[in-house]
Amino acid sequence: MAATIAIKNGHVFDPLNEINGDIMDIYIKDGKVVPELSDAEMKNAKVVDATGKTVMPGGVDSHTHIAGAKVNSGRLMRPEDSYKWNRPKTSITHGGTGETVPSVYLEGYEYAQMGYTTAFEAAVPPLEARHTHEEMHSIPMLDMGGYLVLGNNWFMMRYLKEGDINKAAAYVAWMMRTHKTYGIKCVNPAGVENWGWGKNVESLDETNIHFEITPREIIEGLTEVNEMLGLPMPVHLHANNLGHPGCYETTKESLTIPAKVKPNQDMGVEWAETKIDPTKDKSIYLTHLQFNAFGGTSWRDFESGVKDITDYVNSQDHVVIDSGSVPFGEATCMTGDGPSIHDIAVLTGSKWSNCDVELECGSGVCPFTYLKSNPVHSVQWAMGLESLLLIDDPWKTIMTTDNPNGGPFTKYPNVMTWLMSEAYRNETFSEVHKWANDRSTLGGVSRELSLYDIATITRATPAKTNGMAHRKGSLAVGADGDVTIYDIDPTRLDVTANYNDLLTKFRYADYTIKGGEIAAHNGEIMSIPERRTYYSDIKVDANEEKKMLEDVKDWFRYYTLGFENYPTPEKYLVNPTPINVNMEK
Amino acid sequence: MTEVVLTPNTEIDIKIEADVIKPDEFAGKSKEEIEQLIVWQGPDQLPLKNFFDVEGQGGSSAEETSILIKGDVSRVKMIGAEMTAGKITIQGTTGMKVAAEMKGGEIVVEGDADSWAGTEMKGGLLHIKGNTVDHLGCAYRGSWKGMSGGRIVVDGNVQSQVGGGITGGEIIINGNAENFCGIRQSGGLIVIKGNAIRAIGAEMSGGTIVVEGHIANFTPGMQYEDEQYDLCFEDIECGGAFKKFTGDFAISKKPKGVLYAGKEANLEL
Repeated sequence: MAATIAIKNGHVFDPLNEINGDIMDIYIKDGKVVPELSDAEMKNAKVVDATGKTVMPGGVDSHTHIAGAKVNSGRLMRPEDSYKWNRPKTSITHGGTGETVPSVYLEGYEYAQMGYTTAFEAAVPPLEARHTHEEMHSIPMLDMGGYLVLGNNWFMMRYLKEGDINKAAAYVAWMMRTHKTYGIKCVNPAGVENWGWGKNVESLDETNIHFEITPREIIEGLTEVNEMLGLPMPVHLHANNLGHPGCYETTKESLTIPAKVKPNQDMGVEWAETKIDPTKDKSIYLTHLQFNAFGGTSWRDFESGVKDITDYVNSQDHVVIDSGSVPFGEATCMTGDGPSIHDIAVLTGSKWSNCDVELECGSGVCPFTYLKSNPVHSVQWAMGLESLLLIDDPWKTIMTTDNPNGGPFTKYPNVMTWLMSEAYRNETFSEVHKWANDRSTLGGVSRELSLYDIATITRATPAKTNGMAHRKGSLAVGADGDVTIYDIDPTRLDVTANYNDLLTKFRYADYTIKGGEIAAHNGEIMSIPERRTYYSDIKVDANEEKKMLEDVKDWFRYYTLGFENYPTPEKYLVNPTPINVNMEK
Repeated sequence: MTEVVLTPNTEIDIKIEADVIKPDEFAGKSKEEIEQLIVWQGPDQLPLKNFFDVEGQGGSSAEETSILIKGDVSRVKMIGAEMTAGKITIQGTTGMKVAAEMKGGEIVVEGDADSWAGTEMKGGLLHIKGNTVDHLGCAYRGSWKGMSGGRIVVDGNVQSQVGGGITGGEIIINGNAENFCGIRQSGGLIVIKGNAIRAIGAEMSGGTIVVEGHIANFTPGMQYEDEQYDLCFEDIECGGAFKKFTGDFAISKKPKGVLYAGKEANLEL
């Protein structure tokens, strides 16, 4: 049962309401932010004194890999990831292990310790949706949702090739409902299908085997369908050629494809009152820009290609990105981009796992260690920060590590501190390979993000981008009572001398409040709050759906399971919370 | 040097994890403080005195502290784990993971040692006067980076996966080894004075292995180079004639691993 809570005298940073460090009180009742509490309510309220501290909405991670088959493969193939990173149980928490791929319980606790309350699993293969939801069911502390992988789906490729956009839309709507997922994910469009024959596609206009469709046609089709239906978030794109030197050109070209697609968000939700328009205004969400922005022609002349892309993003209004930053150390690469993971396995000689998900998509897993002594890794570190610092408008950027591809989410505090402190960046420059400075523009960047900017790129922008700003990412009246209090006094902040202090303060939030309940305090888990799973419940024309289902049932003979066993029932979800989309139909 | 004597005072049922038994923890502590150091037994945290009688006190620093364990500690895991200096002498058999991730100092085991002795060791000296079993100086399960520095000497025999993934340091075994010795080795030196069974140096990409005795099943990815005599690796000498092989060609086109097999004992190679 959510408590009544009053957070007094904190320095509030709430970008969706343009509140920049003002000293304010925040009141929460029945899990929602309210304008005030009556005297009677105040008597029973839990009062948290936030004097001299930083108050932000709960953190929102819009791209992380924490549930599902590939994450579990990562856990299975990496016993070494667990034995040095373990947490004993307490009276209310489970024990857990794992640094880059923690066990499900630990994932929830560690996000809560950092002040995060919402996370989106970035790749749900349709056939693995049940498994993904089963894992999400066990992840405590977090409100969650998942993106359905559709960029190499046989039905999508067929309908888009035939130009049957209505059937494509009906398929997307049915699939979202069937698998209880939230948005469209597009990974290496057309390329993963070719990986079934040991091949890939190398340009946007190369057709793939059998379907003879190009990445460009898939990106065009999916973005068009996305806005036609009015989904909460833009298409979530992992572009082609990821991880190959020179791939920044493909990425830049990919971003131009949906430039003329008009964003349309058709959701039946109750909006919290925010000052800034919280509705969707982007037609493409490019994820982990760093991995998609490799310059040069080989590993020898490898360099950052970030600036070219950020220049483009600065000049356009239809793109939002997340960074995929690299904080050094252990990582586990995992993605629906099977061929790119194979390349990493060949490059490093590391162990490797690969999977073809029948007619739908594929994936791969490979452990990785980012070393400060390695020239390429050092440039990648710089590129992740360039991604966030070279884009002028923080409403176009989201901070991530593409957990656990660039590094585990537990290293977000390092990324936030690098962004806020040039001195910390300079210290790291002195420790890493000189390529970091020679082959990126980061050395010349003196920009230091403020706490307001940090609140934007870790709360407001991900919430707005994902169509969650009606309840997340702000402290507006009506929003969820998700609040982070950091023991950081903004009036005494010295990012030049005291940046080390920020690392601990961001790692263990003073308080994480979820739906009005104190979930974590100073690194300790205090309670296990209620949580929800969001998905898009999309309406489409019944006739279109019927015609589409005839095709699907016909092709289902190629699946290894029966059609009736395909859907994910609601009982797999914890507090299933549908977002009604396209209700007009 | 100040000596602390630990004498086991009870039968241990569930094995205990006692990585607090090391000079770094004992230094600067009184007898009573040492007795109160915490060890894990399953999910329980218990004081050291529940398992050991303690005599003496720690020295002023880890360098100045030596620990003498009088008796069988085969149900005590992780003695000397991550120690940086000083000395531990175990007058008996020790449990798993003795000297795991050891960084410096010296550990002498007068009896046998259980599996994972010196796993991922980084420095110092581990001398096992009896036998040990599997995973000596090896990488932890799933990892490919084993021992990276220091020296392990075993007077008796070892079993499988000795020096798996080692990247540096030296392992010298006076007895026999069994399977997969030096698997995925990329640096360092392993010397086996006795015989070995199979897959010695499998998937190695660097480093050196010397087997003076007979290798029963030879690793197929090894390529013959030439014959060499009286090998010497700084203070470690291996006398006689050896057949030199490089490998493992199963894992790389230009592998830098070297395997010397005693000529007399391996005439069929």
